[in-house]
Amino acid sequence: MAIRERLSGNEAVATAMRQINPDVMAAFPITPSTEIPQYFSSYVANGKVDTVFVPVESEHSAMSAVIGAEAAGVRAITATSSCGMALMWELLYVASSSRLPLVMALVNRALSAPININCDHSDSMGARDAGWIQIYSENSQEAYDNMLMAYRIAEHKDVRLPVMICQDGFIISHGVENIVLLEDDIAKKFVGEYHPEEYLLNSKEPLAVGPYATAPYFMESRRAHAEALKHAKKVILDVADEFEKISGRKYGFFETYKTEDADYIMIVIGSAAGAGKDAVDILRNQGIKAGVLKIRMFRPFPAEQIAEAVKNAKVIACMDRAEGFNTNCGPIGSEVKSALYDAGIQMKVVNYVYGLGGRDVPVADLKTVFEDMVQIDKDGCTGETYRYLSVRE
Amino acid sequence: MRTDVSKQNEKVKWQDLTPGCRIAGGGTSVAFHTGEWRVNTPVIDMEKCTQCLMCAAVCPDSSIPVIDKKRGDFDYDHCKGCGICAKVCPFHAIEMKEGGK
Repeated sequence: MAIRERLSGNEAVATAMRQINPDVMAAFPITPSTEIPQYFSSYVANGKVDTVFVPVESEHSAMSAVIGAEAAGVRAITATSSCGMALMWELLYVASSSRLPLVMALVNRALSAPININCDHSDSMGARDAGWIQIYSENSQEAYDNMLMAYRIAEHKDVRLPVMICQDGFIISHGVENIVLLEDDIAKKFVGEYHPEEYLLNSKEPLAVGPYATAPYFMESRRAHAEALKHAKKVILDVADEFEKISGRKYGFFETYKTEDADYIMIVIGSAAGAGKDAVDILRNQGIKAGVLKIRMFRPFPAEQIAEAVKNAKVIACMDRAEGFNTNCGPIGSEVKSALYDAGIQMKVVNYVYGLGGRDVPVADLKTVFEDMVQIDKDGCTGETYRYLSVRE
Repeated sequence: MRTDVSKQNEKVKWQDLTPGCRIAGGGTSVAFHTGEWRVNTPVIDMEKCTQCLMCAAVCPDSSIPVIDKKRGDFDYDHCKGCGICAKVCPFHAIEMKEGGK
């Protein structure tokens, strides 16, 4: 019997971690992710998990500790936000390129300056090329479900890569919602035990992890790493299928909402997708064929599948909760346009920066994006392709 | 994919590289001849050497073998020629000669 609860995103992710019962957790507190190690350390103190909790002195050390633990041969986990992940930067690459299947709960928060503790995606979007798998959540339920699927993806023999499970700071992390949890035994059975083929603490088969690679090896190493991300696409779908069987909840690379016949499609990541769907419903009532495509898997990027899903639209709007600072587009805009080009699709694309540093994203504002798309279609020209939504000017 | 370090060479295709370039086996750093990096080479004058072993203690690369409390000649396969041994020798028994050989 599934368990009905009401939890914030941080509580939901901490609950998933309790059910996973990893061997090591190393974390340093940073808003808005602080509650995750806080709740988890109470599970450790109360004997709810067997995890060794390492209260490190920085995020650089947190990532170093989980890398060390994974290399030693156990499941390791961490949680962070914003500047915390920025301090992990060097180690993000070490984790992925050393092919260590660790998991991070990232609670998205703006990077300074000006200092700000609220949601945007500049932290994880900055790390999008660090060779990790990135999965985003729209609400607490998805954050919980994605966390339970994380190790199954990370540890798969064709993948062996770290996974970042992202949720929007405060909006999801501190917003209490209804949620359906799996029973502990069902969750544990799904996640399974971890038995790595090779690990440092196996004294019978000595091993060196993270060696120096000279120029004749380095490119081959990166090429192999890139291949693992290609394999991850199939594994992510397979794990989602298996998860659907025990939960009844279906996941893919992305979710489409009324896109089948849509003339105007908004492509978005995270909590704003909910408001986007409400905007779609309002516009549909007015006879405007609007739809939303919510990206769940941003790394690897499902380029072909997204191009296929939006190919019949007249105009699409890419919504970036991070400034790309290239003066042309944000990360989603860049990826989607590239996907369309490779698929031979020429269509009108407009890109919005929105919701930075916790700026509210009401339905009414997202409705204007669809109205802009209708106008672009009517005018036959896109005009400024890189815009700011709801900025005072 | 557990493979012998000898199979990880400069001809290996990316498909055959171990994940993260991990290396199976213990003590494999011996096979990596860091002595090739050397631009100056320490040479010891055994007549001046008193076997005080200050040099062996400071060598960052374990390139001064000590057997039965006595140092032998340098391990030139691994000595990078940093010159610390020559600096600390109280008896000026180690001279840094120009060149890697």
